Amino acid sequence: MVLKDVKIGQTVIVKKITGQGPVKRRIMDMGITKGTEVYVRKVAPLGDPIELTIRGYELSIRKADAEMIEVEEI
Amino acid sequence: MTIKLALAGNPNSGKTTLFNGLTGNNQFVGNWPGVTVEKKDGKLKGHKDVIIQDLPGIYSLSPYTLEEVVARTYLIEDRPDAILNIVDGTNLERNLYLTTQLVELGIPVVVAVNMMDIIRKNGDKINTEELSRALGCKVVEISALKGTGIKEAAEEAINAAKNMKTVPQHTFSGPVEHAIAHIEEAIVHEMPEEQQRWYAIKVFERDSKVLKQLNISQEKLNHVEKDIQAAEKELDDDSESIITNERYNYIASIIKGCYKRKRTNNLSTSDKIDKVVTNRWLGLPIFVLVMYLVYWIAMVGVGTASTDWANDGLFGDGYHLFGMGSKAYEAASEEYGNATNAAMAYYDFDIEDEKFDAKTAISDMKKVQGPLKSTVGVTDEETLAVDKKNVYYDKIPDSAKKDENTIQMTYMEAVKYFEKNGFEEPDPANYGTWVPGVPPIVEAGLDKLHAADWLKGLILDGIVAGVGAVLGFVPQMLVLFLLLAFLEACGYMARIAFVLDRIFRKFGLSGKSFIPVLVGTGCGVPGVMACRTIENERDRRMTIMTTTFIPCGAKVPFIAMVAGAIFGGSPHIATSAYFLGMAAIIVSGVMLKKTKMFAGKPAPFVMELPPYHWPTVGNVLRSMWERGWSFIKKAGTIILLSTIFVWFTSFFGVVDGSFRMLAEDEINMSLLAKLGGLIAWIFAPLGWGNWQATVASITGLVAKENIVGTMGILYGGGDGGVYHSISQAFTHVTGYSFLAFNLLCAPCFAAIGAIKREMNSAKWTWFAIGYQCGFAYVIAFMITQFGNFFTGKGNIIGFAAAVIALVYMIYMLFIKKYSDANELGDDFAINARAEAK
Repeated sequence: MVLKDVKIGQTVIVKKITGQGPVKRRIMDMGITKGTEVYVRKVAPLGDPIELTIRGYELSIRKADAEMIEVEEI
Repeated sequence: MTIKLALAGNPNSGKTTLFNGLTGNNQFVGNWPGVTVEKKDGKLKGHKDVIIQDLPGIYSLSPYTLEEVVARTYLIEDRPDAILNIVDGTNLERNLYLTTQLVELGIPVVVAVNMMDIIRKNGDKINTEELSRALGCKVVEISALKGTGIKEAAEEAINAAKNMKTVPQHTFSGPVEHAIAHIEEAIVHEMPEEQQRWYAIKVFERDSKVLKQLNISQEKLNHVEKDIQAAEKELDDDSESIITNERYNYIASIIKGCYKRKRTNNLSTSDKIDKVVTNRWLGLPIFVLVMYLVYWIAMVGVGTASTDWANDGLFGDGYHLFGMGSKAYEAASEEYGNATNAAMAYYDFDIEDEKFDAKTAISDMKKVQGPLKSTVGVTDEETLAVDKKNVYYDKIPDSAKKDENTIQMTYMEAVKYFEKNGFEEPDPANYGTWVPGVPPIVEAGLDKLHAADWLKGLILDGIVAGVGAVLGFVPQMLVLFLLLAFLEACGYMARIAFVLDRIFRKFGLSGKSFIPVLVGTGCGVPGVMACRTIENERDRRMTIMTTTFIPCGAKVPFIAMVAGAIFGGSPHIATSAYFLGMAAIIVSGVMLKKTKMFAGKPAPFVMELPPYHWPTVGNVLRSMWERGWSFIKKAGTIILLSTIFVWFTSFFGVVDGSFRMLAEDEINMSLLAKLGGLIAWIFAPLGWGNWQATVASITGLVAKENIVGTMGILYGGGDGGVYHSISQAFTHVTGYSFLAFNLLCAPCFAAIGAIKREMNSAKWTWFAIGYQCGFAYVIAFMITQFGNFFTGKGNIIGFAAAVIALVYMIYMLFIKKYSDANELGDDFAINARAEAK
């Protein structure tokens, strides 16, 4: 499963981040790394981007980029 | 010896507050060389020889974002004596990620854990001693907001600069350390010892910037590449990700030992606010409301009042102190205007005529036995439109009492008014407390000195008007900056991007581009300055270039004049002008993204949404003042010089073989008219290649509303008034083409100054102006050529050229692909990898 498909209000664990280059580095720099707990908090009024809670803070990320993040349910 | 301290930290960690607290008013604000990123430094309070360099707020030292590259280039090349790293204690995990990279630089680091007051209030605990041991550097507790501990933090940093070394305590996993050891040995062993580790890790990460800087031979590169690949294979990930992963794992392990969180499941206040503000259903309405408030306060309420005061009062004739007497004066002025119009309907007079005599006029007026109803043409000062109004001889019928087209004063009443009050216009100075503006004061002074006319003109119409043009924008700008600083500091600005991202990224712009464009409908100058809130440099430059396409307040009278004179007052012209402006922004956004200047994939939108909090008054005011002052300083010169240039060329000229100063209505003999005549051929393909239209466009650069005044002079004097002459000179097609060109071409000098200030680069400023003029030209050209063709007056060459231009635009918009080249470039690393394989 990828992060894009996770329902709002669910908490998942990051398994792997696919892709490469700046976007991947940025996602990881912000703390989405292997084994991190991610809570999908809400989706923007227009349906994209989404808001996550991760490592105790709020992060927004586009659905297209969330597709790069493989997750599994707890 | 001067000590240089660098202040580094994440965005929203309280860095600005700490910087302000440490330096007070000893700050210097500028830009990092060649980029639009703001640079601040200042002297530490109470230490003459300690300079604090504020670095951009960053999350990491990756080579991919401009802010990070700026910060790390400074750290590597300028090597400050120590780094003061501020971390947000309530968000320790992500904040320490930057710290783990800073301690590897070989520069002494002192970590200041901020927001200790909140941590204590929440009942959480941070063991700073343990943290200090784990990180290998000194850790101090502070609260930037309350000012506690910040002096001590600075003292510790000075102390560290003098006699401390920071040795990173963190080691990566076996395979990584193995590769790093090899890299140190093979490539960086000649460097100073304390810098070796940082460079080695960067080589391991295949950091393109570092690889370029080190200029390593292919042979050595291939050698270490084998080690890197071995580590990658063993840990099943790419080297960059391995490093990031291990850093975060390390942080997680040290946090366990030194951070005790009192678990609470209650929603914080910030969470509760956010639940409403970015709510699926309420998010957009709230956004509209906030934008409406910003626009209303900055542009309509406080903004207009302050701009009017600055332009018409302080740099105009004068103003009533605190508005005392304004109402009485306005009433008197309106009465006088009505009386004049009512009298004019029956009896023509000109009080400026030398032969005019009040007594004869009154007695003549009394003799007029007019019809019961007559009409008078009333000229609107802003747009020069002439409206026919009804005037009644001695009694206004009830049916016309509230009619807008009827002067609410009869001819008989007007005659009585003049008999009683005389023909002099009411003087504002006689009402309330009148404070004369700068120009009348300067003029009086010059008169006393018997200054020559040209000198008076230079000082009043050139310099004072130029200074007024700069300062006139400042009050409104300060109001806007105050609001923006508030929105930024409280955390809502990030939510705007969150809410709007979906729409704006389609045009290659950031959600935050909305604010500059919105503000631009009032005035382009603060609109351009508002671009500073956009975090991505590419988006920022793009928005700076396109914001002034939207019709600003000063273009409105011009639009109204074109609509009135050429299109019979059609309201669709104004509507279409706004659509044209918006379309220009969208089309330019898409096209420019595909050019080399803006090449590269759109920046990833991975953005922190900081908790809401109440900003401090000091920070907001300081931010407001800094932005306003930098506009005066950086944009002032260009505005002043160009205003003087246009003044000189329009008020001097050769008449009957002698060079002299001209009166206002002699602009047709001016140097500017000559210049206009010389370059008018450029506009021939647009259908209005005459010197009048050219000169009007040039004077529009001083201020767009000047176009109306210039057209008034150049097309005045004929029978039937200005509007009639203009309608004779333009067809519908060429008139709209003229409108489109002046809406889209280079904005006024004040806005150009703002663009220069924000671009921080001559090259980019010229590119912006050139693009705007070129785009305006092409659009106006297409309007003229297609318009002429479909009205049967076309010429085949022009039509063909317009088709080519249109096809090219369609190609750029829909067919051409985004170029993949990355500005900050990772091509080198990819090449190296390919070689090694």
